[in-house]
Amino acid sequence: MDGPDAPAGRRETMTAPEDIPGPLTRAAQAYRMRWKRRRLLFRAWRKRGELACVTPLRPVSKAAVLCLATVRNEAARLPFWLAHHRRIGVDRFLVVDNASDDGTRDLLAAQPDVALWETRASYRAARFGVDWLGWLARRHAAGHWVLTLDADELFVYPHWEERPITALAAELDRRRQPALGALMVELYPEGRLSGTPYRPGDDPVQALPWFDAGPYRARRQRPARNLWVQGGPRERVFFGDDPRRAPTLNKLPLVRWRGTHAYLNSCHALLPPRLNLAWEGPGDPRLSGALLHTKFLNTIVQRSADPDHRAEHFGDPARFGAYHDALAADPVLWHDRATRYEGWRQLERLGLMSSGGWT
Amino acid sequence: MSVGFVMLVHTALDRAAQVARHLAASGCPVVIHADRKVPRSAFEPFAQGLAGVRGIAFASRRHRCEWGMWGIVGATLDACGDLLTAHPGLRHVYLCSGSCLPLRPLPELQAYLAARPETDFIESVTIDDVVWTKGGFDRDRFALRFPVPFRRHRRLFDAVTGAQKRLGLTRPLPEGIAPHLGSQWWCLSRPTLEAILHDPRRRELDRFFRSVWIPDESYFQTLVRLHARRVESRSLTLSKFDHFGRPHSFYDDHLQLLRRSDCFFARKIWPWADLLYASFLSNDPKVTRNAEPNPGKIDRLFSRATDRRVQGRPGLIMQSRFPARRLDAARTAAPYSVFAGFAETFPGFEAWLGKTTGLRVHGHLFAPGRVAFAGGAQVHNGCLSDSAALRDYNPEAFLANLVWATRGERQCFMFGPADAQEVMRFVAGDPNAQVSIVAGAWALTLFAREQAGELTGSALRKEAARLQKVELAYLALMRSGWVKARVRAWGLAEFLEAPMENLAPILDEIAPRAPRRPTEAPVLASLDGFGAFLQRLRNDGMNLHLPGDFPVGHAPTPPGDARPRPYLVR
Repeated sequence: MDGPDAPAGRRETMTAPEDIPGPLTRAAQAYRMRWKRRRLLFRAWRKRGELACVTPLRPVSKAAVLCLATVRNEAARLPFWLAHHRRIGVDRFLVVDNASDDGTRDLLAAQPDVALWETRASYRAARFGVDWLGWLARRHAAGHWVLTLDADELFVYPHWEERPITALAAELDRRRQPALGALMVELYPEGRLSGTPYRPGDDPVQALPWFDAGPYRARRQRPARNLWVQGGPRERVFFGDDPRRAPTLNKLPLVRWRGTHAYLNSCHALLPPRLNLAWEGPGDPRLSGALLHTKFLNTIVQRSADPDHRAEHFGDPARFGAYHDALAADPVLWHDRATRYEGWRQLERLGLMSSGGWT
Repeated sequence: MSVGFVMLVHTALDRAAQVARHLAASGCPVVIHADRKVPRSAFEPFAQGLAGVRGIAFASRRHRCEWGMWGIVGATLDACGDLLTAHPGLRHVYLCSGSCLPLRPLPELQAYLAARPETDFIESVTIDDVVWTKGGFDRDRFALRFPVPFRRHRRLFDAVTGAQKRLGLTRPLPEGIAPHLGSQWWCLSRPTLEAILHDPRRRELDRFFRSVWIPDESYFQTLVRLHARRVESRSLTLSKFDHFGRPHSFYDDHLQLLRRSDCFFARKIWPWADLLYASFLSNDPKVTRNAEPNPGKIDRLFSRATDRRVQGRPGLIMQSRFPARRLDAARTAAPYSVFAGFAETFPGFEAWLGKTTGLRVHGHLFAPGRVAFAGGAQVHNGCLSDSAALRDYNPEAFLANLVWATRGERQCFMFGPADAQEVMRFVAGDPNAQVSIVAGAWALTLFAREQAGELTGSALRKEAARLQKVELAYLALMRSGWVKARVRAWGLAEFLEAPMENLAPILDEIAPRAPRRPTEAPVLASLDGFGAFLQRLRNDGMNLHLPGDFPVGHAPTPPGDARPRPYLVR
């Protein structure tokens, strides 16, 4: 599902020294962020009543990695999504089903490792599901490494084929890195979006083998000190005239969760702000992963025409009408500079993710 | 029976038990020391599981092992004493941890050590000459006292050591001691180890080392120099450290690499690396070549990884790498060239430069309407779009991305005061940039536009004033003290005095082995009436100084002959 539109904040670029605030401003910002985090935690607590438990969470060991997601009508994607993340070693899935009517709920309720909650409340009003997941994470996942995903995202990281996610978590612990950043790599088919059929259970990367190897622009934002990466095919095709509204492509999907943490803006930014500092020093590239974004399966065309879907996404849905219209018109995202996805080593070579010295 | 093992364990007890059984079954006695912090609920099943296994014993006394404190050395000393007493036939003692794994059949290790009966394999580096440590103290490890555990009480540790340094509280070394450091994992011969254990000064030395920081990396390493007959200063255990000094883990996918290293042991092994444990816990002699340990390939792989982690890839900005402004020297991935005013002076300069140098030459990349990529491409390498809005949204990233996506092919582009200017700050601070400026060349464009009747009167004057102002600003920028780019700047008149002589060093710099030497100069723009045009602007009240002085009336003499001149190679 889509996150809200671009986060607002002061920008920090590589050459503009005037954007670094003084110590007093920094202290004030830190204090503001503290209260903001408390508000978010309170909000998540208030929204807890909207969730009704379908399958409870069975007890897990302390070392288990949990996966959290909010889904709506994802019956096609979920079989492969579950299989992929089981393969990398996720122990339990904590899923909120938001008023699905395509059998998603039954599919999830039948899985032995899925704990399921359901709600019919507004996805938008719950900050795109972040409030619900925030409550579940606080209640059930504190102390664990938590992977927060959407159903159209497949998480990959350096050596994922050989090393389970618990090894990654142990490595992050060893480095005292509390969160792992990931770039959303948006995959698309060669022809029109509706042209490639997809059967549930298939690898969506086979249907959507192409991506843009660049350009990605990063800047850092105050006051939450989050990274803001934009670029990729959606910007190239839909937001060429107004880049500010182009989708945010950085996420922090894997976090050593504590009860006091809160996602600020979908999974793009976390509070407290220090978690957003995904680099530790001079030129030091940390470990990072990637999220293979399978949004552009053939279902997207129909979905973009659906007024309910439109109303539930983006901070200001009205401004994104043209984007949804363009998607509903079944465009071609492919072009002759597109790159065919080959695997994580390719992403590392292209500089889209980093093994950060983890060999 | 030539070698016995002392094994220190604190976690992953099942793996430690598996390795211990393998060692014992291969005829090597093992004494296991389990950290006193291991809870009873974990220790008892572990101990019962190994009880009665021939060749495995537990240390008589369990120490509490705190990282960086004496406990580890105390545990090692006691366990070594136990092992040597119980097995009088042992020639060598090998110290390993529960996460170590033998990479070669143990009979090979036994034969290797039997052939070197008096050699001690212990990394032992004097602190006088070299820096062995990765950050932190080296000499101070011996000069100060460290009563507080670093891991648990970090602040207190800093306060205590800081206070000692400020007060100048140092202590003398025991007599005859030359401090040495080295890896904690060693293999010592019986005579040396017994000499250390039964040293008449042992009480005094132990008392000293109790307050040395991380004594497990200095106790044996230092004392071995007093007693050993032959020290081989290397560890038989392969272990790799990152730049923080923490050990790397080995996983299943390192199997081939570890096999080819021919080292005897490796640490640390990820406890769930089933394939590694299944492959290496056998004494099948077919897996190795009986060679000398040769960790070169692993060393290279890990030092490459460390370099990548420490230095990153210059010019790459990504999810996990947002370069710090002052600390990253190069802002881009490769050298590139900026030509300001050349396309105006020489119509067709891009084509000429591309032909002469064989490089990728773009037009005005930062032109206000669209990005003028070479060949008029709409989407360039790295999926860069030619949309000016996208470019101006973050021009620094645009340029960094362009250079990153075209690594291996030098990029040249045109620039001028009519273009988006924001990027010049970034270019000025980039050592990869080569900037050549012909100041005032924009006047030639205005001249042509006036002659075509596009721009006249006050509009022309305003435009000229604007361009001159913008150009003055970037000239001033390029002359700042902090500029790292290679900058050359001329006034138009000055440049035209000897255009090819001015161009030659630029070309030599960007294409030293150009396939074709320039046999002909680029065609100069027509200067007929240009002097009069400049004078008209001045007469209208403009303070026009960047283009320089051109004779009114007719074209300037030396370069004004617009005939192409043969370029002479000096």
